[in-house]
Amino acid sequence: MAEEVKLLKTWSSLFGLRIVWALKLKGIQFDSIDEDLTNKSPLLLQYNPVYKKVPVLVHNGKSISESLVIIEYIDETWKQNPLLSQDPYEKAMARFWAKFGDDKVLSSIWSVFINQGKEQEEALQVAMENLKLLEENLKGKKFFGGEKIGFLDLALGWLANLICVLEELSDIKIIDKERFPLLLGWMQEFSQAPLINESWPPREKLLTKFQIMRENQSL
Amino acid sequence: MAKEVKLLGFWTSPYVYRVEWALKLKGVDYEYLEEDIFNKSTRLLELNPIHKKVPVLVHDKKVILESHVILEYIDETWEQNPLLPKDPRERAMARFWAKYGDEKLLSAWKATWLKGEEKAKAVEESIEALEKIEEELKEKKYFEGEGIGYLDLALGWIAYWLPVMEKVGSMQLLKEEKFPAITSWISKFLSHPVIKDKLPPWDELVVYFDEKREARYNSYYPKQREN
Repeated sequence: MAEEVKLLKTWSSLFGLRIVWALKLKGIQFDSIDEDLTNKSPLLLQYNPVYKKVPVLVHNGKSISESLVIIEYIDETWKQNPLLSQDPYEKAMARFWAKFGDDKVLSSIWSVFINQGKEQEEALQVAMENLKLLEENLKGKKFFGGEKIGFLDLALGWLANLICVLEELSDIKIIDKERFPLLLGWMQEFSQAPLINESWPPREKLLTKFQIMRENQSL
Repeated sequence: MAKEVKLLGFWTSPYVYRVEWALKLKGVDYEYLEEDIFNKSTRLLELNPIHKKVPVLVHDKKVILESHVILEYIDETWEQNPLLPKDPRERAMARFWAKYGDEKLLSAWKATWLKGEEKAKAVEESIEALEKIEEELKEKKYFEGEGIGYLDLALGWIAYWLPVMEKVGSMQLLKEEKFPAITSWISKFLSHPVIKDKLPPWDELVVYFDEKREARYNSYYPKQREN
């Protein structure tokens, strides 16, 4: 039976990228549609009427949204190369840290990026505390998922690319070698892993985009 | 003999109750430990140093945090009376609506202590959310069909905490004529044998949230100088 898998995202969407990785790691054929969020397509409005956001996965005409929910759906629908462990506790840990990544790490790093002076210093302290917890999580492991890339690596994968972009634009080192050797090692392994490395959005375009966002924030 | 399952909670928290309901539905024996979240114990801070919040589930020395994560852990560890459906798409829908529900719980709470236009906006947002949830429920007995499940527990706050918020916030969100499916579901949910025996005392809950509402109102709208 022919499967129809479509992914609605944007060219730069960090959350959309997670889904690209998940589908590629599972060897699933899919069509990718890059949305213009300033001019949302009828398709997006039809498939995600609640939030009208990307990413949205459409599988045989049925849509699923919210990136972490989508990854679990992919893992449960296509059983090859499992992304989550079978063990309930390991799964709980992966889910907890993925949520921590989205709720705390992302926002604290963004705060460092858009702020200046004293506010930036304070934001940096918070970001470092959060990153320290991730660093501890990596002890004795190559990836967050262990020997292989798993759910939590995909959930935190945005770090591996975005950090370098934000550090370059804000001229601040967030993840340094002395404090975060494991995290740096992971960032390198992950970003260069097959299927992951070919999916990164073009760096120059990202630099431009985030520079504009930073300028708009300080207006 | 020490119980192998412990739950740290606070008596007003809908996040805690959903975990207790799950444990009871599964027939899991557990020890409940009440935490004073305004004077956090060493025990809580050691078990949840990251967020310092309840609920915290401790199972055989393993610590699990975040109510949705705990619910899924319970469902996967004790397989009797499954809470989540088997079909991946239905599971995805349940998880999606659970996440949505918690966002809207906070919106409804905000509406209680806001005033004027801000309040009106928050009330409108909450009503829109309820409309979407009404649509999701439609003619089903419970959110996942015939039997009580994950999404009923995750949205259980609508059945009991939302009316509390309506009362302390002097607002009406759940009009029966407008939300027949939710109204009917609330009645079934609250009379379910496990749920009805595990709800916080109504009057005390109203007092508690009224005090919290007032405190939030006062800090959000600091008293203006008298003219």
